[in-house]
Amino acid sequence: MMSEVFPTAFLFFAGALALLALPQGRLRAGLLLAIPIAAAWQVWSLPEGGLWQVTFFGLELELMRVDRLARVFALIFTLAAFLGNLYAWHVRDAVQQVAALLYAGAAIGAVFAGDLITLFFYWEGTAIASVFLIWARRTEGAYHTGMRYLIVQIGSGVILIAGAALYYRETGSLAFETMTLGSPGTWLIFLSFGIKSAFPLLHNWLQDSYPAATVTGTVILSAFTTKLAIYALARGFAGTEILIYIGVVMTLFPIFFAEIENDLRRVLAYSLNNQLGFMVVGIGIGTEMALNGTAAHAFAHILYKALLFMSVGAVLFRTGTSKASELGGLYRTMPKTAMFCLVGAASISAFPLFSGFVTKALVLDEAASAHYTWVWAALVFASAGVLSHSGIKIPFFTFFAHDSGLRPKEAPTHMLLAMGITAALCILIGVYPAPLYAILPYPVDFHPYSGGHVVGQLQLLLFALLAFAVLMRTGIHPPEIRAVNLDTDWSYRKAGPWVLARISGLVSAIWGAVGGLFAGQIRAAIAGFYRSHGPEGRIAHIWPTGSMVLWLAILLGVTLVVVYAA
Amino acid sequence: MATEGVQHVALSLTDHLPVLVVLIPFLAAPLVVLIGRNRLAWPLAFIAAIGSFVVSAQLLMQVGDGDVLSYHLGGWAPPLGIEYRVDAANAFVLLIISAIATVLLPYTRASIRAELPERHIALFYALFLLAFSGLLGVAVTGDAFNLFVFLEISSLSTYVLIALGAYKDKRALTTAFNYLVMGTIGATFYVIGIGFLYMATGTLNMADLAERIADAQGNRTIHAGFAFVVVGIGLKVAIYPLHLWLPNAYTYAPSAVSAFLAATATKVAVYVLMRFMFSVFQPGYTYEAAILHLIILPLAILGMFAGSFIAIFQNDFKKMLAYSSIAQIGYMLLGIGLLSETGLTAAIIHLFNHAITKATLFMVVGAYVLRSGGSFYANLEGMGRIMPWTSAAAVVGGLSLIGVPGTAGFISKWILVQAALESGAWWIALLVVASSLLAVIYVWRGVEVVFLKPPQDDVDRREAPLTMIVPIWIMAAACVYFGLATDVTLSAAQAAAEGLFAGPLPLTVEH
Repeated sequence: MMSEVFPTAFLFFAGALALLALPQGRLRAGLLLAIPIAAAWQVWSLPEGGLWQVTFFGLELELMRVDRLARVFALIFTLAAFLGNLYAWHVRDAVQQVAALLYAGAAIGAVFAGDLITLFFYWEGTAIASVFLIWARRTEGAYHTGMRYLIVQIGSGVILIAGAALYYRETGSLAFETMTLGSPGTWLIFLSFGIKSAFPLLHNWLQDSYPAATVTGTVILSAFTTKLAIYALARGFAGTEILIYIGVVMTLFPIFFAEIENDLRRVLAYSLNNQLGFMVVGIGIGTEMALNGTAAHAFAHILYKALLFMSVGAVLFRTGTSKASELGGLYRTMPKTAMFCLVGAASISAFPLFSGFVTKALVLDEAASAHYTWVWAALVFASAGVLSHSGIKIPFFTFFAHDSGLRPKEAPTHMLLAMGITAALCILIGVYPAPLYAILPYPVDFHPYSGGHVVGQLQLLLFALLAFAVLMRTGIHPPEIRAVNLDTDWSYRKAGPWVLARISGLVSAIWGAVGGLFAGQIRAAIAGFYRSHGPEGRIAHIWPTGSMVLWLAILLGVTLVVVYAA
Repeated sequence: MATEGVQHVALSLTDHLPVLVVLIPFLAAPLVVLIGRNRLAWPLAFIAAIGSFVVSAQLLMQVGDGDVLSYHLGGWAPPLGIEYRVDAANAFVLLIISAIATVLLPYTRASIRAELPERHIALFYALFLLAFSGLLGVAVTGDAFNLFVFLEISSLSTYVLIALGAYKDKRALTTAFNYLVMGTIGATFYVIGIGFLYMATGTLNMADLAERIADAQGNRTIHAGFAFVVVGIGLKVAIYPLHLWLPNAYTYAPSAVSAFLAATATKVAVYVLMRFMFSVFQPGYTYEAAILHLIILPLAILGMFAGSFIAIFQNDFKKMLAYSSIAQIGYMLLGIGLLSETGLTAAIIHLFNHAITKATLFMVVGAYVLRSGGSFYANLEGMGRIMPWTSAAAVVGGLSLIGVPGTAGFISKWILVQAALESGAWWIALLVVASSLLAVIYVWRGVEVVFLKPPQDDVDRREAPLTMIVPIWIMAAACVYFGLATDVTLSAAQAAAEGLFAGPLPLTVEH
């Protein structure tokens, strides 16, 4: 064992242990903030290289492989852990606190993993730790959602280790480096990353589970799992062309679902999926600048997505609902939350001077300059979609729109503080991107505030806004009665653009049919297995002695035949 | 340090180690009966187990580098005399058995006191020692008929040990009777097989048998003998369709007995199978290769899945573990059936890893039974809150059973998958992974019952006594330790596999 530093992940694990020794209260909440700060400082000052090796049955494991790509992800993870824990200052639930620390630690450990075995350990670690954030809601529904989430996540890990085993057979190496798709091993690893980064058709766990977690749990969940998978893809499969197409589909299809969804946290989950698409495209292009774009976008994305989840979470915390149909007009009593939400919305919509603008442009520009014209066009369209469902829908239906009559108190101070810091960072990155550009994996020579970028983006945004305004005025019959009534999503479909409704209806129908088909088959299979293997089943039946002797005779007969025939 | 050349020289104690390992518990058993005092029974048994453990550790150290010890019982030279032959493979098995017994014995005190009447306690320890020495004898002997004798010693005492469960559940009696019939048929098959081999070769010494069988290719009598031996031992192994005796035996036996049997009895049988497959017969013989590929391998895979599926649907924790054992035996047979050194290593290391895993889990159930009075899931609801230490060990054992990295179970499965891939059978590797997923389900069911349900009202709300917790946690810690530090187990298993795969060593007949 060689060690130059204490692995950052262990810092979190030790913190989780220490946490249990402390009494519940400010001391604990304080420790929850101190650990990410210490970790961030450590990550910042780490030298590059392999810093911690362990031998594990004949294999050399590298627990701390530090390079620029790993560092930028580790940094944003510590930052996200800090903000998430600050937001959760009021939480007095040891399960959530420990889970949050272990989760962040595992995610950071995975980022520094230099080999596939270590990656696997932390990969499963994130799955197991994070499920408690869902279960912590302690409802029957949350329990089942958590189970589904866990099965998918563990499954992804099992596929990863299977892939690693095959990869080891093929290459004799377990190092986690850039791989080329082709062999079964690499395909399995790719699939495993794909599940965790919510590739289209592998994405359902995300929208299923994130809205089911606790108020604070969702904020923490949104930061790590998928971005870890993005990191893994960037590390392992940069420049794999198929990722470009997967990424494009990822940016497009969640838009339709997000448009018709009523639960605002689920809307955010869909838009998260869409944002991941931009990063996946960047990885697929695979040039240095594109990877920079992916890393930068992941960095900015974690912040503004957390900000949006925080603001909706604060509303949920105060009103007990996150349904668009039950909310509205909250700006009167939650003005600060509303303002922060607008900052988040502006960032995700990539308004100039906000963080999304300076990072998304990196990916878009690379797509354009690598001559993926239609990819670029699709991404532009997706950007407009982002604006519609995240940039407008979230703040509009929560804080404006019709007055729901709710008069909740403003969010608690620590939540405001967490949101304030996050919002400030979003704006800071947008206004002055140089520090972010400086920590990216490769040197950056990029000027987001060129005339072309700004004008192009503003055109896009303004037209999208215009379209929304027109639809709002014309799509709803009597404008003087409540502007939008979202009692059911049926009425919203009527209000929304009917094309989107048709497409999304079709997509959901297909999904429903496929899901129904499989659900039916799976249920039938389980029933069948129960009939045969259950306690009353024939196979589990304890037969009388005679039947066992019969088996013995049969087996002897077969054995004799085989022996004589051979 | 073979003893062949020192026939007429006074032997030191070290030279007698191969026989001492069996003799210590074997003599302690009647001693326990003769003294007849409950209070002295346990210490005697414990001392005997420690003695055997120390001796087998010594033996493993002596043969770890590929040496073979040959001990001539009573000074009579083989092939006529009985030979005890220790190589890396059976030294490893000896160590497994004696280590399990040593850790388990302190645990039996509280468990047995609760489940058996006072007057049977001394007798229980006598039987336990007999079963223990029988298993050790099976592992250590190099003589095919002597093996049968030890097999019967351990089996007969096992039947009684299982029947002792009748004080809690009368079904133990029918179960023991069933097992008696089955086990006897199995043993008879084995002895018929040995009879055939003796008829064809005129010898019972394994090394001698190996040489003569190699000379007599194509002899139908030997073929028939081989088939009988495989099926007879297969029953003891609980190869999938011959497993029917096992679930009930493990379920209705007293908890401590279940733990001991699950961890050792089938393992020894698997060892015997390996011994016959690789040392007496050769995988190179076409009929043996055919058996391995056409019968053992498919049955192993069938067992992996059937056992797991049945385990999933069980509503009794002990029975679930019993069926899971059938699936786990499938992994060992799979390793043997792959016919490669890596496969054999996987099988041998899984002997060890599964022994400690199952011992942990069965001991945990025993602790639950002590407090809640039964092993049905309905009895165990909410025990996680009442018995946190015991339940935490259950989780460790469960993770190891699944094969989660960081636990012993992972090591065996990883090597098994490597072995499957090495022989180009990637679909077998996938099946191993798939059946591990089934293990996730049945372990999860247990966890759900123990941790996520509210406790019943009518249970004894106390943690298990320390005499149970400590052995449980020694085993659970072993599950983790041997999942991280694999040097000892892996090198022992590799040495054992190399030794077995190298084929039989020639019999030393110079005197």
